[in-house]
Amino acid sequence: MTEPLVALDQLTVAFDGRPIVDRVSLTLHRGDIITVIGPNGAGKTTLIKAILGIQKVTSGSVTLSDRLTVGYVPQHLNLETTLPLSVRRFMSLSGRRLQECQAALDKTGVGHLMDSSIHHLSGGERQRLLLARALARKPDLLVLDEPAQGVDINGQAALYDLIRQLRDDLHCGVIMISHDLHLVMAATDKVICLNQHVCCSGYPADISHDPAFIETFGQPVAESLAVYHHHHNHHHDLHGDVVDKERHHDHKECGHAHH
Amino acid sequence: MPIIDAVLDDFFWRALIGGLGVALVAGPLGCFVVWRRMAYFGDTLAHSALLGIALSFLISVPLNVGVIITCVVLAIALVLFSRSRTLATDTLLGILAHSALAIGLVTLSFMPDVRVDLTGLLFGDLLAMSRHDLLWIYGGAAVILVLLATLWRGLLMSTIHEELARVEGIPVERLRLVLMLMFSLVIAVAMKIVGVLLITALLIIPAATARRLAHSPEHMTLLAMVFGFVAVGGGLSLSWHLDTPAGPSVVVTAFSVFLLIYGSARQARSLTRTFRCGQHWSKV
Repeated sequence: MTEPLVALDQLTVAFDGRPIVDRVSLTLHRGDIITVIGPNGAGKTTLIKAILGIQKVTSGSVTLSDRLTVGYVPQHLNLETTLPLSVRRFMSLSGRRLQECQAALDKTGVGHLMDSSIHHLSGGERQRLLLARALARKPDLLVLDEPAQGVDINGQAALYDLIRQLRDDLHCGVIMISHDLHLVMAATDKVICLNQHVCCSGYPADISHDPAFIETFGQPVAESLAVYHHHHNHHHDLHGDVVDKERHHDHKECGHAHH
Repeated sequence: MPIIDAVLDDFFWRALIGGLGVALVAGPLGCFVVWRRMAYFGDTLAHSALLGIALSFLISVPLNVGVIITCVVLAIALVLFSRSRTLATDTLLGILAHSALAIGLVTLSFMPDVRVDLTGLLFGDLLAMSRHDLLWIYGGAAVILVLLATLWRGLLMSTIHEELARVEGIPVERLRLVLMLMFSLVIAVAMKIVGVLLITALLIIPAATARRLAHSPEHMTLLAMVFGFVAVGGGLSLSWHLDTPAGPSVVVTAFSVFLLIYGSARQARSLTRTFRCGQHWSKV
């Protein structure tokens, strides 16, 4: 097997002696998508910040492969309104050429916003802008902290599809945090359920039956996930419009119970 | 050159040339103060300048040097203190700002041999600008402008999103330190003209005025420079003709321009709206 992009060995981050991330070990290879799930305060963001090298590690180690270009999609882009900034200028601050920036914006579906002010973007548009910003760097490793925040439910599915497609295009590794359990369980390769320590990890279909998972998220959630493997008979593009030619879709036909 | 000599012999021209030099760097640095919400921080550094003056007399070093060193030490102390997070940053700044000012004043009062023009130091003095000061101002301005130009992308990026900047390999902490050094430098050279109590105003007001019209960060810094020039030119003229204190006159001018720009921008917007409504009605 090739050298992993990221290898964590017994990674521990403690604040005031209290471990927030407790002895986490994992490896991520090119082409992998690992999704970190877990309740609030489980240390998800701390974990990825440690991987990114912006959080001090208490013990254990983070090993990144040589000359790794990292694309980071932070949780928020809280911009001071006093700082006038257009999408174009923000993208160009990545140091990449304009064509590359435009291509990245097109890929994430916000190419038409090149000349807009960042202050006028919606939450979903900001997330796609941040993703484009990370893409423009042509990353070997893409790290996303709740990328679907502020995106409506259909947009979320499209966004996760996009992330998977980008993984294929760039042949990069992806590690992301997500709260969208249903979508993650339906879409991701590997899930790590974090609650300070790794309480369980594996493929979505397996882990929803894991007692540790059920204990963390509760029986109802686990059950709802177990029955949620279904496919819509239509698709939405990034703007939420129905793409499928089939106009008449009825959710009664989906053959599953909505929760 | 006799003409230059004649100009530099005139204290008003010296003050004006010096003031414009200060505005040249106060514009861009002021933008960073506004963007990074460092207004109170700038105030604290400026207040500590008085402590720097007292210390310079005490150990007899040039005033500018004393002020720069004191500001830098205080800035580093602030960064270290604020990391421990036992006190809220604004509380910490409040404590340090006024303590530094008070210690400076008390120390000066212990030195009866030293005759300092306190009003001049606090509020600026048109007459105080020497040729030597001009050298300091333009030397300092050149250093700051070169630093800003070379570090611009990193400074801007770490202002927009610190963590993103860090992930992209920008030395955020080092840039923060450089920014502090530049603030210290600008305070040391601006002190004579606007006085320690009003330096922050010269940083913030032109930058805030520029925000109203700017469409990019670079545009905003250039406009802030221009509004700084207007404030200095107008303020010093006011001071010259009406014999008002230099610093307050500059700030009053800056504030008037601020009101004018915000007022006229609002007017322009409501005019556009009326116009649009008119169009709308004509269509109907």
